[in-house]
Amino acid sequence: MLPESISELLKGLESKTFSSEEITRAYLDKIKQHNDTLNCFITVTEEQALAAAKASDQRRSEGKAGLIEGIPVAHKDLFCSTGVKTTCGSRMLENFIPPYESTVTGKFAEAGAVSLGKTNMDEFAMGSSNENSYYGPVKNPWNIECVPGGSSGGSAAAVAAGLCAAATGTDTGGSIRQPAAFCGITGLKPTYGRVSRLGMIAFASSLDQGGPMARTAEDTALLLNVMAGHDPKDSTSSTQAVEDYTASLNQDLSGTRIGLPKEYFSGNLDADMGKALEAAIKVYESLGASVEEISLPHTELSVPAYYVIAPAEASANLSRFDGVRYGHRCDSPKDLEDLYRRSRAEGFGAEVQRRILVGTYALSAGYFDAYYRQAQKIRRLIKEDFVRAFDHIDAILCPTTPSTAFKIGSKTDDPVQMYLEDIFTIPTSLAGLPAMALPCGEKGGMPVGMQLIGNYFNESKLLNMAHKFQLETDWHLRRPEL
Amino acid sequence: MEWEVVIGLEIHVQLATKSKIFSGSSTAFGAEPNTQASAVDLAMPGMLPVMNQEAVRMAVKFGLAIEAEVAERSVFDRKNYFYPDLPKGYQISQLEFPIVKTGHVDIHLDDGTKKTIGVTRAHLEEDAGKSLHEDFHGMTGIDLNRAGTPLLEIVSEPDIRSAKEAVAYLKKIHSIVTYLGISDGDMSQGSMRCDCNVSLRPKGQEEFGTRTEIKNVNSFRFVEKAINTEIERQMDILENGGSIEQETRLYDADKDETRSMRSKEFANDYRYFPDPDLLPIEIDQAYIEEVRKTLPELPEAKIARFCNEYGLSDVDAGILAATREQADYFEAVAAKSGDAKMAANWVMGELAKYLNQNNLDIAQSPINADALGGLILRIKDNTVSGKIAKDVFDAMWNEGGEADAIIKAKDLIQVTDTSTIEAIVDEVLANNAAQVEQYRAAEEAKRGKMIGFFVGQTMKASKGKANPQQVNEILNKKLNG
Amino acid sequence: MTIQSDELVKIAYLAKLQIDADNTARLTRDLDQILNFVDQMKSVDTTQVEPLSNPLEMTQRLRKDEVTEINQRDAFQNIAPATEAGLYLVPKVIE
Repeated sequence: MLPESISELLKGLESKTFSSEEITRAYLDKIKQHNDTLNCFITVTEEQALAAAKASDQRRSEGKAGLIEGIPVAHKDLFCSTGVKTTCGSRMLENFIPPYESTVTGKFAEAGAVSLGKTNMDEFAMGSSNENSYYGPVKNPWNIECVPGGSSGGSAAAVAAGLCAAATGTDTGGSIRQPAAFCGITGLKPTYGRVSRLGMIAFASSLDQGGPMARTAEDTALLLNVMAGHDPKDSTSSTQAVEDYTASLNQDLSGTRIGLPKEYFSGNLDADMGKALEAAIKVYESLGASVEEISLPHTELSVPAYYVIAPAEASANLSRFDGVRYGHRCDSPKDLEDLYRRSRAEGFGAEVQRRILVGTYALSAGYFDAYYRQAQKIRRLIKEDFVRAFDHIDAILCPTTPSTAFKIGSKTDDPVQMYLEDIFTIPTSLAGLPAMALPCGEKGGMPVGMQLIGNYFNESKLLNMAHKFQLETDWHLRRPEL
Repeated sequence: MEWEVVIGLEIHVQLATKSKIFSGSSTAFGAEPNTQASAVDLAMPGMLPVMNQEAVRMAVKFGLAIEAEVAERSVFDRKNYFYPDLPKGYQISQLEFPIVKTGHVDIHLDDGTKKTIGVTRAHLEEDAGKSLHEDFHGMTGIDLNRAGTPLLEIVSEPDIRSAKEAVAYLKKIHSIVTYLGISDGDMSQGSMRCDCNVSLRPKGQEEFGTRTEIKNVNSFRFVEKAINTEIERQMDILENGGSIEQETRLYDADKDETRSMRSKEFANDYRYFPDPDLLPIEIDQAYIEEVRKTLPELPEAKIARFCNEYGLSDVDAGILAATREQADYFEAVAAKSGDAKMAANWVMGELAKYLNQNNLDIAQSPINADALGGLILRIKDNTVSGKIAKDVFDAMWNEGGEADAIIKAKDLIQVTDTSTIEAIVDEVLANNAAQVEQYRAAEEAKRGKMIGFFVGQTMKASKGKANPQQVNEILNKKLNG
Repeated sequence: MTIQSDELVKIAYLAKLQIDADNTARLTRDLDQILNFVDQMKSVDTTQVEPLSNPLEMTQRLRKDEVTEINQRDAFQNIAPATEAGLYLVPKVIE
């Protein structure tokens, strides 16, 4: 049996207990064994992975090891990777092989990581269940009748099932945190602007943020060290200095003030999950933290505002998929209009089309002020709620999702029900704050996730809190039986 | 009814940056199709725009040149529409918060009066690619080399009242942007393009009539013709009790008519919203002052100085100051020759004629300012006559070289020695005894004309080199004396 | 808010999506449901609130005016549906 965490794998690689090639083969075998059932990967790059592992072993033997030298990882299939099919979960990009590399995957390669392939996702990252993938739904490894969450469901399920050591995800309204919670792993959505968006296929540009999904907070910190940083090719990426996120993991939590937003602990939350969170709060109190109730009064309006802003931005972001320069093009278009309309109708799935239409509507003449502008104003109110709270607290503790992973097909008929799955993750996305999901309990055999929200660029505090919690508990060590 | 014409222009100026507004692709003109279209320009998935600082600086320069307020904070918006030459499906432009706010420019009209035209705003945006309609098996070809070239769109107030004023305004904008060096202003290559909004209203009425927009007119001459054609069309409709439809029209130069562009299924709804990939641009006072220090002398100031310093007329000063190159050339000729009036005459006369005939820019003139100044010096010191000087000019143009060398090589030095000229005159009179008889018999009033014959013969006999003034004097003395 | 069928036709035109007749009823229902849901936003008075487009409210960094891109036409056109003579091909555009 191989160790599970990156930190342990790195020790084994350093001590030559095993080579990167060996562990890469082990992961590839496991993928072969389970991917048919779980459908985590859209593309497995076996050959490239083995070549990369050999090259990594060579570098290590020459004393040139990077931060995560030789560690097999997987990338959400919206990070463009040179020469590797990048589908974004869509038929539109079924045969799209970018001749360029995203900054994030580039940084992973530079740090010595070995990419095993590209993970399944909701089409264009639009979804909370991974049922919106053209390449079929991903199954939750804890119960294959359940969804893994979305949109980074393939990454979450792959990490939970041990098909890779860690994976990248992206989070627009909860797409890292919600699947992390559903699959019982640790995931971090960094502060907006902390991680470059270059080469990451856009859903909603003012919300999208890439981040790590791993087994432990410690691994998550190490991966953030790899991913974070200013990118001159992304105007919205921050120039704020990057910390060493592994350096502050063991800080004492005494005196840490934790806020519990009353709006997150009300009617929407499942009772058993409430209990799991109460237990987590007790752990923090035992570590010397103090807890107080806070209020984020505009929480309820966050989902409506988000479902205007994100579709509005998406409606423009997805206009480039027009069948002219790349991507799906319909057969024998009769004129230009036909080329556009059929290529897009054939290339995009139902949810993507719904959101494009909603976004187009919200921006159209006569509706702009009532929808788009109003949503942007509410966005400010939501941000101000958090700014006020962080005046006197260090972090917020709350649920990640209202319930545990639901059954496949149970919410597909009602888009709004599905949208409400994101009620606890959307507010932080709108505010651009960093937030983490990590397991803190179980209900009916399914993981329960808690969420930690920090102040802008205070990822180190969240990782420190999550790590301390994981030293006290073993929820993050539990694995589904495959 | 008497109608008043109301015109506003939207001028798109390509900024002369080395790289594109949002990517590091070259903006050079004339490259092979799509060889200057990067992943950003092609709107490849995941690509992001990064703003070029030089485009901002150029926009600020323009703002200062038209005495406009430069926005402390300006915002980029997405203008959404599908077209094959627009890869992202939206154009990055500025709607609510343009970089340059209200300003104005002065134009000089033929009657010598000056008029101020308001500039509503100027904003930065990206150019689209080009559609090539040659037949590719019934398909259209798309070249995206131009996509992402920075544009400054300059929007005027509806202050213009005739096609002539529109051209004068367009020329003034042209001279400002070329003076500033922010554009080559080459309309034939599309570096400067113009949309003309035209409407009519009964004289005295305050409310504007319905306007039409003539898109993408690409020369000064066509702007004048297109507007006049459109005015006639609208007047025709209105005089006959019809009404004008608000629409976009195209000018067909071959037929000299404007025609309606294919009407769309729905009116355009561009759904502008702030581009989340680009953050607001902030410009502080220190930056503005730094840019202000780099401003050259602008056309208006130069025209005024030419009038004061060189005693030129408003009209001549205006012509000479039309481009910075021409103004600089003129000043260099004036300095060398020490005679601004002659310098002005030669630059606007002979030089302009030759440049025109050969379709050249003043910067491409084979005769440089120093050489032309040298030629004028030889006229002033009587080495050559004005007429011979034109031959020297022609030789300089065609063969190159300095005036002095040509005058010497072609033996063109003017004959001013009185006895030499007298000898030639004597010979002419001796050879034309009959004409001399006639002249002497003629009435005083007719003699003026008749003397021209002898002048011509004398000049011919001197191979054009005799000083014409002296020839006249000597002939007068000998024939009348 | 109820979306009218002519409005659906208009936004589908703007968004360049072909909508089949048998899909219209369902789409109308879904959009109505979504729009009704987001209409909750109207419950709050925002007259004094400035819209927020970017969470960090940073300002634009500018890049130097340098040509940094090289010609990669072949790589880009390898993945294009239709090209000829270096051009992307589309059905005839009539102006």
